[in-house]
Amino acid sequence: MTDFGLPASAEAIRRVREDPYRLGHRAHGPEEPLAGTGHGATGPASKRIIVGYGFWIFLLSDIVMFSCFFAAFAVQHGATAGGPTMSEIVDLRRVAFETAALLLSSYTCMLSFAATNAKNVFWTEALLLLTGLLGLVFVILELLEFIDLGSRGITPQVSGMLTAFFGLVGLHGLHVTLGGMWLATMMAQVFIKGFRREIVHRLICFNLFWHALDIVWIGIFTIVYLLGSGA
Amino acid sequence: MSQVEPDPHLTTGAMNRIDHAPGDEPEEAGHWVRNANIGLGFSIVLTAAAFFLAGSHLIYAPAIPVALIVLAIAQMGVHLVFFLHITTGPDNTNNVLALAFGILVVFLIVAGSIWIMDHLTHNMMPTDQMMQMQP
Repeated sequence: MTDFGLPASAEAIRRVREDPYRLGHRAHGPEEPLAGTGHGATGPASKRIIVGYGFWIFLLSDIVMFSCFFAAFAVQHGATAGGPTMSEIVDLRRVAFETAALLLSSYTCMLSFAATNAKNVFWTEALLLLTGLLGLVFVILELLEFIDLGSRGITPQVSGMLTAFFGLVGLHGLHVTLGGMWLATMMAQVFIKGFRREIVHRLICFNLFWHALDIVWIGIFTIVYLLGSGA
Repeated sequence: MSQVEPDPHLTTGAMNRIDHAPGDEPEEAGHWVRNANIGLGFSIVLTAAAFFLAGSHLIYAPAIPVALIVLAIAQMGVHLVFFLHITTGPDNTNNVLALAFGILVVFLIVAGSIWIMDHLTHNMMPTDQMMQMQP
């Protein structure tokens, strides 16, 4: 303690000014912490950052819910009760097309947000539409898979493994469907209201949601389909 | 009317500093597109590798599940960085902490379920013996 003798309040202010939260990620030196990022003594974070954080916490809770379904599938993996095993019901070609559709939709979704940042209504709408169409392709492929399985008598009632399978994959498909409805709503809102603050915030949240769905799909096609087809 | 809220990074010149992460938002829109392209490129390579490995005899067969899981985790990382913009930047500290907690919970649920249920199955009485105990 070199500067003993300072009053406690002055010492506290000095500590705040030094901003312990920079953590070495930014240039050090005389620069003050940034206003609007919620660090140091510069006041609360901007709404944009807080909205993203709140939605991120929702997404994590959603991922925790998915992890329960993943755990159920992993546990029930061998419980076929004399019914078909996983390797008998996987069509890897279809899964590859589904994966391609969802990955490309994630890409176009991000491009649409680049257009939003550039304040370009046309490209935002066009790329959102493309995202929605790719999502639709994904949902249709998944529905065809379920219809195909159902017509062969492979339904959730047959075995514990199939219950877990339809639960997990169906839950993800439901998320994509609801996300598609949200996407259509956002397209209408951008068209009518333009890039107002709250609309851009909703677009940020929608982007996070869509990419998180793709992350869940990575888990599904790896653990359910690829590992299932080999086992 | 239509006014995009200024990103705090744009107005304070944070982007002119030397180190910025993929998720930071510099002024030119090209950064976003480049970011998306890199993310898509990595994703395509990792996905193609996963689908290729699943049906091949290129590597030692019992190692394939491990390889697939490693590829999946790598791809989730690519998505987090390039699409979801989780970075090490100061305004992302809260997001990263929430993510770490989320990963912990997911790990506990999945690994814990598999562990416990596996032991239960292991210790359960065979079905035929259980039948004999019926009154």
